[in-house]
Amino acid sequence: MALIEIKNLKKNFGHLEVLRDINFNIDSGEVVCLIGSSGSGKSTMLRCLNLLETPSGGDILFHGESIVHGHVNVNKHRTRVGMVFQSFNLFNNMTVLKNCMVGQTRVLHRSPKEAEEQAMTMLEKVGMADFAGASAQQLSGGQKQRVAIARALCMNPEVMLFDEPTSALDPEMVGGVLAVMRELAKTNITMVVVTHEMAFARDVSDRVVFMDQGVIVEEGEPEVFFTNPKNDRTREFLSRYLEA
Amino acid sequence: MNNMDFAVLAITRDNGMLAAAVEIFQTYWPLFWNGIKITLLIALSGTIIGLAIGLVVGGIRAAAQPDIRDSGAAQVAKRVVLFVTGIYVEVIRGTPMMVQAMFLYYALRPVLGWTPIPAGVVIVSINTGAYMAEIVRSGIQSVDRGQTEAARSIGMNAGQTMMLVVLPQAIRNAFPSIGNEFVVNIKDSSVLNVISVTDLYFQSLSISGSVFLVQETFLVTAAIYFVLTFTTTRILGMIERRMNRSKSSYPASQTVPKMNMLKEEGKK
Repeated sequence: MALIEIKNLKKNFGHLEVLRDINFNIDSGEVVCLIGSSGSGKSTMLRCLNLLETPSGGDILFHGESIVHGHVNVNKHRTRVGMVFQSFNLFNNMTVLKNCMVGQTRVLHRSPKEAEEQAMTMLEKVGMADFAGASAQQLSGGQKQRVAIARALCMNPEVMLFDEPTSALDPEMVGGVLAVMRELAKTNITMVVVTHEMAFARDVSDRVVFMDQGVIVEEGEPEVFFTNPKNDRTREFLSRYLEA
Repeated sequence: MNNMDFAVLAITRDNGMLAAAVEIFQTYWPLFWNGIKITLLIALSGTIIGLAIGLVVGGIRAAAQPDIRDSGAAQVAKRVVLFVTGIYVEVIRGTPMMVQAMFLYYALRPVLGWTPIPAGVVIVSINTGAYMAEIVRSGIQSVDRGQTEAARSIGMNAGQTMMLVVLPQAIRNAFPSIGNEFVVNIKDSSVLNVISVTDLYFQSLSISGSVFLVQETFLVTAAIYFVLTFTTTRILGMIERRMNRSKSSYPASQTVPKMNMLKEEGKK
């Protein structure tokens, strides 16, 4: 059984159809990259997976149970699905350490000591342990994003969602964040990554999904996808990246 | 309290306005002091209670802002909430506090049987609450939506998100405006003399009546008000700088940190 099953997923904002009948499964431990032009619906689909967006139709199953219909504890579900945002969204009123601890103590009800140990372990993983006492505002973009990854990992999620994690970074900072994500991909955590980093998608992902105008146009293993795309729209999209 | 015989020495303006003002202050400082205490009591408690009202009403109004994601029922509910709280905010902000004082004091006196000073605190609180509601609302709205999304994404509920993440930042952003309300209240509580609150203005009025020197007395009054507001502004400025100072001694400029990324020992 797939970890996440997306069935006939639809999402409208008013009259705007952002997602139109999305069907696709994600297996446990898989690294899936979602690519596509802006407005294709990839971020919206990602945000449906942790219910930051409520689907307008269809269903999403997590471990075979619907997270859309019936009795769903949204907050509990979110602790199992970590998210990293394009704009980092570190809590500006807290230090780096507090950012990583607050969810653990307030949501998972871990003791402060346990939470701090976990936070330091994760900050160490992303190379930010030395900045534990710094306030979020003192960090560069790349540093913020690495802390944001640590913050999400602190909750021991089964799935990590990345919403264009490097798009707001200047080129020098991208490498550090991608390195962290590459290392993370080697573990058995499930990752769904919306990205414009084609090299990352090609090297790291198990599967690439190309979306356009609210539907999945093509999906496949990265080798096949990037060397021999079947769909015209995919070819057109990829050619722009190959030229660049 | 002070059984001084004020009428024995007649104060004159023979030596100029300033000399007379000094003399008035020296003679009547206990009365001025009584007025100062009432003024500060009303301004401070009115501001604090007003802030509490503002946090509740402003929080509700911020939460009720329309959102594209709302269902039809949520849209209707939000409109009702905004309308009802809007009446409070608009009516209070659109009428003079002096008029509110007259109306509320005399309308509620048969019911509550209250005296001027508690009534004054309540009136200033209600008045300040309306202004604070808008200050808090805009403060909350000034906090980036991403902060809320990040909090929700790690499983915090709406209440935790508000109390732990959004409100601390909103209050920090809105602090200058919140403090300004206190300064305004020090000055504007003077209108409460219409319901006989014995504040600084009321005391000044009675002093000027007994010495028959209005401009000299109110020169003293103006100086006292100025000292009160000026001191308050300075103190608020200090608090503001303290709040904006970063929370750690960590240097703001920095070099690239050592990258001990994903150490094997850190894996779980």
